Amino acid sequence: MTRLLAIAWKELIQLRRDRPTLAMMVMLPIMQLLLFGWAIDTDVRHIPTTVLDFDRTAASRELAHSLEATGSCDVIGAVHDPAELSRALRSGAARVGLVIPARYAEHLAHGHPVTVQLVVDGSDPQSVSSATTAAGGLIAQRALALVMGTAALREPPLSLEATTWYNPDLRSAVNIVPGLVGIILTMTMVMLTAMAIARERERGTLEQLVVSPIKRWELILGKILPFVVIGYVQMTLILTVGRLAFDVPVVGSLALLYALAFGFIAANLAIGLFFSTIARTQQQAMQMTFFFILPNMLLSGFMFPRDGMPRPAQRLSEILPLTHFLRIIRGIALRGAGFDDLRGELGKLAVILCVLVVLSSLRFRKNLS
Amino acid sequence: MDADPDLVVQTEHLGRRFGKLEAVRDVSFSVRRGEIFGILGPNGAGKSTTIRMLCGLLVPTSGRGTVAGFDIAREPELVKTRIGYMTQRFSLYEDLTVQENLHFYAGLYGLSGRRRRDRVGTVLERNGLTGRAAQLSGTLSGGWKQRVALACAMLHEPPLVFLDEPTAGVDPVSRRTFWDEIHRLASDGTTVIVTTHYMDEAERCHRLAFVFRGALLDLGTPAEILQRRGLRVAETVAESRAMLEVLRADPRVEEVAPFGARLRVTTRAAHDPAAVIREAQARSGAPHADVTEVRADLEDAFVSMVRDDARTA
Ligand SMILES: Nc1ncnc2c1ncn2[C@@H]1O[C@H](COP(=O)(O)OP(=O)(O)OP(=O)(O)O)[C@@H](O)[C@H]1O
Ligand SMILES: [Mg+2]
Repeated sequence: MTRLLAIAWKELIQLRRDRPTLAMMVMLPIMQLLLFGWAIDTDVRHIPTTVLDFDRTAASRELAHSLEATGSCDVIGAVHDPAELSRALRSGAARVGLVIPARYAEHLAHGHPVTVQLVVDGSDPQSVSSATTAAGGLIAQRALALVMGTAALREPPLSLEATTWYNPDLRSAVNIVPGLVGIILTMTMVMLTAMAIARERERGTLEQLVVSPIKRWELILGKILPFVVIGYVQMTLILTVGRLAFDVPVVGSLALLYALAFGFIAANLAIGLFFSTIARTQQQAMQMTFFFILPNMLLSGFMFPRDGMPRPAQRLSEILPLTHFLRIIRGIALRGAGFDDLRGELGKLAVILCVLVVLSSLRFRKNLS
Repeated sequence: MDADPDLVVQTEHLGRRFGKLEAVRDVSFSVRRGEIFGILGPNGAGKSTTIRMLCGLLVPTSGRGTVAGFDIAREPELVKTRIGYMTQRFSLYEDLTVQENLHFYAGLYGLSGRRRRDRVGTVLERNGLTGRAAQLSGTLSGGWKQRVALACAMLHEPPLVFLDEPTAGVDPVSRRTFWDEIHRLASDGTTVIVTTHYMDEAERCHRLAFVFRGALLDLGTPAEILQRRGLRVAETVAESRAMLEVLRADPRVEEVAPFGARLRVTTRAAHDPAAVIREAQARSGAPHADVTEVRADLEDAFVSMVRDDARTA
């Protein structure tokens, strides 16, 4: 115990003297939080839209206005022929073009079928899909009203009432804040552990350390215990700022969240330890961390929903601790999930943790070979 | 291996390879309690590798050895409880103060509470470090760093210490103090195994091992080693290029080396170096300068041994 405490105490002193690293550990979560929370909104609105109106009647103008009224599209102007429309899209001035055919009002009045065209710039699929959805909904509603006669007269025979739970305003910050806890913890825990041991190797202090009678587990635990504290500090920081700046509350039990986070932090520390047995220098340790972060960002469900991923990618993401932790923290923080709701995820996380701990402690040797 | 409790270190045919390179091969020696045992050898001879194996840091690839009664390959963790090790490269934490480093290493060896404070205080004082206790180790000059490293190796009062080039880069006065400390440790019963490139330090060891290219070339007290080599040395002041050529070509001459204005000539005991020099003076037409025979020292023995081995290899 004396030996373990000696190591942990030494790590804390070194950390305290290493101002840049310390600053990074506080600034990184806050900066990422502000960036992701404010700048990134996956719910795209106000897409610049232009109108090519061959009809030029009150009815055709009204259609363009209704599209704008959905909030998805902003009509930024009108064009007069197809060539002009294609220029507007090519230059990026408009992302969406609404084409209303000649004799639109007249055909409608006589009950002849009419096709309204929507041209979208598919180079950024996410941003235009909301325009397509909005326009589709609008037209379907119009068509229904036409079939049924005047809309005001009768109730539609079938209607949908969509109710959104947990995040009724569909704000992306609500999804991002808990996700960031996971990403930041992965990044700092893996990097700190991998670098802490690589640094000893690089500076030659590892030799003096392994020649002492300290036990392997004392060395490992003493080194990573201070990082557990840092992990909890970062998590608290993100949740607090998330609450104050973005009004993202933790609905479920904080105690449960903090308790379960331990397993996730431990898993990341084990990964860092594993990297440290491979990396000879701090720079290599850093590169490995970045290499590891990428699939975490992309596959875990932090940025993109996992539902849309191909099967192999989904399988792969199951072995990342972050995937399971994201389900746990989003479950607790946003939906108020309890221990019983999360049993499955916890089980998987526990299996991953065990495998990682066994792997990395088998590889970690207390000699110089 | 017989279990003589006084033999603190014993090795038999100890060897270590790194891939193709045989860094240490077939090294057998033993060290008695309270002895100062020096390991000498040129760069890359395998001194540090040997010490690392004895400390339980590297597993030998052949042969075996015991340190303080424990097998170095099978019980390295038990070996570690009995030894202090000062690495060749400074390996304390530069971002910790002297005192923090000492406290940390004391903790690593399981010292706690009052005992830890007492020991840290003692070694600080004994190594003249009290005034520097609060200084960051990284800001110390080379010689002071070595003192802190020695202090760390002595913290837990190990019966056996390994010092790998402890005085590299240390000024002559501090080196003397350092060696006084080493002798004091030895007279208290601590066994000291030390590597060095300084021949004056080698003379201060009880026994020496000469290693070259991983192999043990000779083993014994400084006097024994000198006697076994059987070298004679003479010096002269005059120095002419022609005479130097004649001496270098002479098969009786082991070594010719200019030292400032002096020329130092080494031969085997069968020849008289003074006579060899006078002959050379006559043959090269150099002026007749005084020639004096001097005592051969360990450096002469060392150089001749390495040359010999290089010739036969
Ligand atoms: N970990 C290692 N991997 C590969 N080769 C090594 C390793 N450690 C040492 N060597 C090689 O083994 C040989 C002996 O090295 P060692 O450090 O023991 O020499 P040394 O006698 O201590 O030299 P010096 O006086 O320069 O300190 C060298 O050729 C060195 O390059
Ligand atoms: Mg060496």
